[in-house]
Amino acid sequence: MAFVEVKSPPPPANALSGAVADVTALARGLGVTLGYMFQKPVTIQYPEERPRISARHRGRHELERHDNGLEKCVGCELCALACPSKAIFVEGAENPPDAPVSIGERYAKTYIVNMIRCIFCGFCVEACPTEALQLKKVFELADYTRESMIYSKETLLAPAPKREATDSWMPG
Amino acid sequence: MDGLFGLDGATWDIILAVITALIKAFVIVNGLLLAFAYMTLTERKVLGRMQARFGPNRVGPFGLLQPIADGIKLAFKEDITPRQANFWVHTVAPMMALIPALIIFAVIPLGPEMRILGQPWTWYVAKINVGYLYATAIASVGVYGLVLAGWASNSKYALLGGLRASAQVISYELAQGLAAMTALVLAGSLNLYEIVNQQVASGLPYALYLPFGLVAFVIYVIAGVAESNRSPFDMAEAEGELGAGFHTEYSGFKWSMFFMAEYVNMINISALATVLFLGGWWPIPTDAPGFIQGLGPIVFLIKIGAFMFMFIWLRATFPRLRFDRLMSLGWKVLLPIALVNLLLTSAVVALWPLGVWPFAQ
Repeated sequence: MAFVEVKSPPPPANALSGAVADVTALARGLGVTLGYMFQKPVTIQYPEERPRISARHRGRHELERHDNGLEKCVGCELCALACPSKAIFVEGAENPPDAPVSIGERYAKTYIVNMIRCIFCGFCVEACPTEALQLKKVFELADYTRESMIYSKETLLAPAPKREATDSWMPG
Repeated sequence: MDGLFGLDGATWDIILAVITALIKAFVIVNGLLLAFAYMTLTERKVLGRMQARFGPNRVGPFGLLQPIADGIKLAFKEDITPRQANFWVHTVAPMMALIPALIIFAVIPLGPEMRILGQPWTWYVAKINVGYLYATAIASVGVYGLVLAGWASNSKYALLGGLRASAQVISYELAQGLAAMTALVLAGSLNLYEIVNQQVASGLPYALYLPFGLVAFVIYVIAGVAESNRSPFDMAEAEGELGAGFHTEYSGFKWSMFFMAEYVNMINISALATVLFLGGWWPIPTDAPGFIQGLGPIVFLIKIGAFMFMFIWLRATFPRLRFDRLMSLGWKVLLPIALVNLLLTSAVVALWPLGVWPFAQ
């Protein structure tokens, strides 16, 4: 809404002009509501109509992958440290050199986000040194049980890219 | 039908008249309740549009089945009577609000007297020569419903709501009555059919008898909004101050009876204003050929619809008045203007021959 400067009207000269000003004000008010009636409603009819999500919306977490399919997360636990509501639990492990999971020396063996605790502040994303953790635009997170609100690593991990992983450790 | 079942023609005429009246009453009561149901939907939709949203549109196409869903919900809700309340008064009060609202419509002439298939047909249940008095008297009985509801609930909010309702309705009845008197003086009759007929015959509804008719019309409408306890004069159920006012302690079907009474009263006030000031089925002439006469009720209903839209429009626009301002508007503004207006109208009617309005042409 644009900012509208409201000018207070000058005090009426006599009772009659005051009454005329009052009635005019009432009529203007009626005009406003009538004008709104012929406008398009601003309602988004949600299940049928999708809302426009802003580019920097903080929704559901996702653990990203490199193009070669390796996980970006190196299990440093900085996200868990940054989390003000202690919603994140990370258990790191040594990255097996013959079958690497991430590009670093370590990877996240366990990665759990408790979505009941999460306040979607985005500090975890800011803390992440490898840009592995992102908050996506997905906002329909409601579910029926508490257990189902605790997201495991399988749930959080981005789907693997279609093409085969390259033999290089470094991202292609 | 002479001699049928051993009854003579005159007796049969009476029996037929009674049966016709009963059928009309049945149709009117059910029509009013149906109009109430869809009025709630219309109100919610129009209010929604005026607030840049849709209003109910989920139940059925365009939300058209919403009133039925609401009705089922209300009928099956628990009907609570507070332990300290007076059970009988608490139960009777909603009926006392609803029944007068429903029976006022008996005297409203919806259309001109006409013949259908050669048989005489009337668009009213009763044509009584004190029609307007009947309507105001019955409407005043309806206030007892609100007062008793507030009293019997044994609740502070309800009691204050009932007090406000009675004070407000009694105050505005004066201005409303005096405004209506203007129309009655112009018509020289209390018979509502006669009042409409005079306006149709003179070719001009009383609202256009400038300037006094218009002043009376505006006062009548303002007082009518106050009479029906509608926003911005809905002091009796000011939810910010009184919970829900006189029906705070009501639920379920008894609550919905108050709800019905409010909306049916709106319809009644619209119908009376149409009769008194908008000339009923004007501009359809009373003695037109049959099928044109048949348009009379349609014109009448369109005018009622316009009033109902106005009620919604006012509710969407104006905030509630403070109670002392409401009282001073009624007593210090509307009542004196209506009184002077009536005096001047009477003077003009007395000085010029009846039916000729010097300022109209």
